[in-house]
Amino acid sequence: MNKGNTYYRWRKAKSSIMITLTVICFAVAIIPLFLILFYTISQGISAINWDFFTKMPKPAGEAGGGMANALMGTGILIALACAIGLPVGILSGIYLSEKSKSWFARTVRFLAEVLNGIPSIVIGVVAYILVVLPMKRFSALAGGFALGILMMPLVTRTTEEMMNLIPHSYREAALGLGIPRWKTTLFIILPAAFKGIFTGILLSIARVAGETAPLLFTALGNRFWSTQLDQPIASLTVFIYDYAKAPFEDWNRQAWAAALVLIMIVSVINILFRLATRKRKYA
Amino acid sequence: MPFSKKDHRNEKLQQVDGSKGSSPAFPFFRTGASGKNIGDLIFENITRFFAFILLSLVLIMLFEMLRKSIPSIDKFGWGFITSQEWDPVHDNFGALPFIFGTLYSSLIALIIALPLSVGIAIFLSEFAPKWLEQPMSLLVELLAAIPSIVYGLFGIFVMTPWLRKVVEPFLGDHLGFIFLFKGPPYGLGMLAAALILTIMILPIITSISRDIMKSIPETQREAAFALGATKWEVVKVVLTGAKSGILGATLLGLGRAVGETMAVTMVIGNRPDISFSLFDPGHTMASVLANEFTEATSDLYVSSLIEIALLLFVMTMILNAIARLIVWSVTKKYNRAEL
Repeated sequence: MNKGNTYYRWRKAKSSIMITLTVICFAVAIIPLFLILFYTISQGISAINWDFFTKMPKPAGEAGGGMANALMGTGILIALACAIGLPVGILSGIYLSEKSKSWFARTVRFLAEVLNGIPSIVIGVVAYILVVLPMKRFSALAGGFALGILMMPLVTRTTEEMMNLIPHSYREAALGLGIPRWKTTLFIILPAAFKGIFTGILLSIARVAGETAPLLFTALGNRFWSTQLDQPIASLTVFIYDYAKAPFEDWNRQAWAAALVLIMIVSVINILFRLATRKRKYA
Repeated sequence: MPFSKKDHRNEKLQQVDGSKGSSPAFPFFRTGASGKNIGDLIFENITRFFAFILLSLVLIMLFEMLRKSIPSIDKFGWGFITSQEWDPVHDNFGALPFIFGTLYSSLIALIIALPLSVGIAIFLSEFAPKWLEQPMSLLVELLAAIPSIVYGLFGIFVMTPWLRKVVEPFLGDHLGFIFLFKGPPYGLGMLAAALILTIMILPIITSISRDIMKSIPETQREAAFALGATKWEVVKVVLTGAKSGILGATLLGLGRAVGETMAVTMVIGNRPDISFSLFDPGHTMASVLANEFTEATSDLYVSSLIEIALLLFVMTMILNAIARLIVWSVTKKYNRAEL
């Protein structure tokens, strides 16, 4: 090839320019992302102290106080979501992995994907219709129901994927020993896939723990300590939303602090998930 | 699977009394034995039942929302999506400002995010050194996991003041003659919403596009290099193959942007007006739900809000269905090619 050729040089130059452009794209996109992390940490860290985790919110305008009730509420909501979402998610995941080729499985898999993409606020509206209206009041139960629906498709997909990762020879060996299919699935395949499924469940918990929209008109929020399932209940995310809108500086700082707590929970779970699934390489 | 439809107790019997000569290598594989283990039957039906719950859930959601929005559908009919009137005091509702706000903010976000994220995906999948690729991919995925309320917090305390003091006055002074940059700089408004959506959908489009570009067989790149292509020309070859996959990723990102609630609600300004100026406050379908659902007093008001939720549901469902089909068909095609 003639290196003095101008067309060739133009092509080389264009290539370098475009590569530089992709690097610039990368840099531009990284900046806001680092800014978000930076602000959350720098603003949030100043309001995090022991009181923040153990005290109740103070009346409007008063400095100090904490979000013990919101932490508790988020915990309760997650527990409810798990009670509703996990059985459906795990068992239908098992079904999809066992019967992966049938038309029914294909339909369910597809709908799970679609359900996964539905805005969480719409799920909130559905929970409002199905739970809040019949009960005639906002309640922790309704919030947990909404979060549970959000969890289902996530758990289904992880369960299926993790079970599909288990090599076929495990199943063949078990069946070869004369073990019935259902025992093979429950006692051979599922335990082998347990670690992956477990971290996947943690991941879906991280996702629903960060949801605000479906809680706005189901769990509503509560400024007092409440553990009753048929009463409105506080949550970290609604707490952030309320405190961010409030015109008090101290509240705004606490909103950042709550955001920091939330980001830390979500990041730790996500990193754990990556670490747990990366090692999981079967033939 | 060949094993599945066999009775294992039968097999054992056959194994015991079947002579070696009659069953060649694997006595287990002999077909003909029919009937299932009772445990298998129960287990299969239990799991199928739960899969059925998942399926019926989507249908119940659709049905219930439809049922609850009947009063509003009866009263306004198709006028609901073409009327600009949103007047809770006189029970007169039209969803056009919200539909407009949702589509406008999402489209602007997409226009900014698409080139950026394809650029990043190219960088990560083709050029980035190995030591950079892993942590950066992890970072991108972590960012997709940050709750939207945190983005909203960032938007309301950091981005909107910056827009109001720096960006919008600058754009207004220099580009004010363009319809996009008219009006006083509020900070809160369409521009803020579009930018926060851009930041939020970047990780999604990037990570899917990167996965799809990675699934393009290495042989295609090698072939292009062998023909004397420059690095960028090789990328173009890869992009041609990944085109429809990137389209799918874009639609998924759009679906996310359309349904995004909290971050947008916090920065868009919440005013049901239709204005093409990026400086003006707007409203989206999701943000009106977040803002007004608990305050809705009359039945018709609630019903209209539920109809908006229904429209949003159908919109995102269609977007996601198309996107999923595209992404699946593309990755399947190349996974097969690789084998």
